[in-house]
Amino acid sequence: MKPYAYARAGSVEEAAELYAAHPGARYLGGGTNLVDLMKLGVEEPAALVDVSRLPLDTVDELPDGSLRIGATVRNSDLAAHPTVRDRYPALSQAVLAGASGQLRNAATTGGNLLQRTRCPYFQDTDEPCNKRAPGSGCGARDGVHRDHAVLGHSPQCIATHPSDMAVALAALDADVELYGADGPRIVPVAEFHRLPGDHPEQDTVIRPGELITGVLLPAAGAGLPSLYRKARDRASYAFALASVAAVIGVEGGVVRHAGIAFGGLAHRPWRARQAEQALLGAAPTTAAFERAADLELAAAEPLRDNAYKIRLARNLAVDVLERLVPPAAT
Amino acid sequence: MGSREHSMGADDATGSPDRHHSEVTLRVNGKPHTLIVDHRSVLLDVLRERLDLVGAKKGCDHGQCGACTVLVDGRRVNGCLLPAVALDGCDITTVEGLAAGAAGATGEELHPLQRAFVERDAFQCGYCTPGQICSAVGAIAEAEAGHPSHVTDPEAPSGQPVPLGPDEIRERLSGNLCRCGAYPNIVRAVEDVIR
Ligand SMILES: Cc1cc2nc3c(=O)[nH]c(=O)nc-3n(C[C@H](O)[C@H](O)[C@H](O)COP(=O)(O)OP(=O)(O)OC[C@H]3O[C@@H](n4cnc5c(N)ncnc54)[C@H](O)[C@@H]3O)c2cc1C
Ligand code: SF4
Ligand code: FES
Ligand code: FES
Repeated sequence: MKPYAYARAGSVEEAAELYAAHPGARYLGGGTNLVDLMKLGVEEPAALVDVSRLPLDTVDELPDGSLRIGATVRNSDLAAHPTVRDRYPALSQAVLAGASGQLRNAATTGGNLLQRTRCPYFQDTDEPCNKRAPGSGCGARDGVHRDHAVLGHSPQCIATHPSDMAVALAALDADVELYGADGPRIVPVAEFHRLPGDHPEQDTVIRPGELITGVLLPAAGAGLPSLYRKARDRASYAFALASVAAVIGVEGGVVRHAGIAFGGLAHRPWRARQAEQALLGAAPTTAAFERAADLELAAAEPLRDNAYKIRLARNLAVDVLERLVPPAAT
Repeated sequence: MGSREHSMGADDATGSPDRHHSEVTLRVNGKPHTLIVDHRSVLLDVLRERLDLVGAKKGCDHGQCGACTVLVDGRRVNGCLLPAVALDGCDITTVEGLAAGAAGATGEELHPLQRAFVERDAFQCGYCTPGQICSAVGAIAEAEAGHPSHVTDPEAPSGQPVPLGPDEIRERLSGNLCRCGAYPNIVRAVEDVIR
């Protein structure tokens, strides 16, 4: 590891200033992804600007009924927060489905959103990888890619985004709050992560030096039934092969609100807009859920070894929707 | 994986703060230590190589095995992924600090979890044990504080202590691997303590 400078920020403004003053800097949250990648030689920052102690460590209800999660709220505290558990159960469940108790105690909301892909070629500096070294090729495309994307990938990159939390946030219509040289701005979580296209080195739309200050959960949808379900190789402590977060509102026998997102299938949490459209106004039956899931996944382009994900994701989605709207309630 | 970085910078006991080194104070097992650390040194390396506390182990060095688990301000974390410089002013408890009257006092009495691990034979080689025990201490406190887990019934009232049965214990300790496969007795040892 190359030596690096270290500075702890006391405020959001100071964090941005410290970043600007240190070329080659990275923000340090819980460090559970960044320090790992530094040990692997994938990240080589010249300086760490420590934002883990910024006073952004609270979950607050805003006057309009929305919920603001500070960027430095630890994953474990987010999952345990009574308001989050009661109003946005899928978010608590998604966080608890990821990593381990130790890691969640350190990991922050901001760092979780910005964690990098677990593609093994990305993590190995001896391998080609367009995301780590643009133009070097994609080792996974013709290599080991059982865990990789089936939706929205490009010839340059087939990686998936590994966050469970982000999938629930996308389904729940959350926004990311950013602060940068041009001041604050807000981006929907579902549009925060990019598809790889010709620039897989850019995971998200965040600008250089921009800081995540928080995440906003809207009042609309709060308290509706929501659920997160994840399929993985082990019962615990493994990344998703595929996952689904869904929130649904049924009134008078028809679907009035639907938010559905897939994890493990794409370079970003995959908001299933077509499936949602198909469900709105329809009766919440198993047949409708199956049609909606199939419609969304029709665009899937599996690779040699990951076609299994399509069926897995479809069955997960149908199961989650059935659990949210048991047949007796329809 | 990443073995070329082991012990990086953890050996420079002297020196003064500069661009790549800072002074930190860590309160370890109740005792304050002020030292200059290379920014690259993680907590695990500082504990083992600077403070001679070799209870916490280096298994994977990448957050995957839990052998390095210690408590920072009472919360269990992976010592291998935390730059020590970021922990200035923190309270750290390692397995060496769990026993009542630890730190050399006479009449040292094992922590109930340590005793239960011995009584239940909850290890074979013992390499994962300090991490398992620190992790269990943290997990029990989390459950008492009402933290749910992946296997907690979503209908369980939030903010209430979560009772820990075998499924909960297994899930909450899944961040601690045991290559000897001592899991069944680890779960029993933890059950003994919470009963
Ligand atoms: C063994 C292992 C298993 C795991 N399993 C899972 C899993 O199953 N599911 C899952 O979702 N995750 C999993 N994770 C990943 C874990 O969730 C992430 O490492 C963690 O959420 C990252 O948060 P952090 O605060 O530690 O980020 P850091 O490592 O501190 O930072 C990550 C990135 O975000 C940037 N950053 C941090 N905070 C900010 C901010 N406020 N503003 C701007 N930039 C910022 C950093 O510069 C860095 O680029 C696993 C990790 C490990 C090591
Ligand atoms: S899939 Fe993306 S991250 Fe993986 S090797 Fe290819 S370019 Fe790199
Ligand atoms: S050594 Fe820290 S988790 Fe393995
Ligand atoms: S007792 Fe040997 S690794 Fe657990």
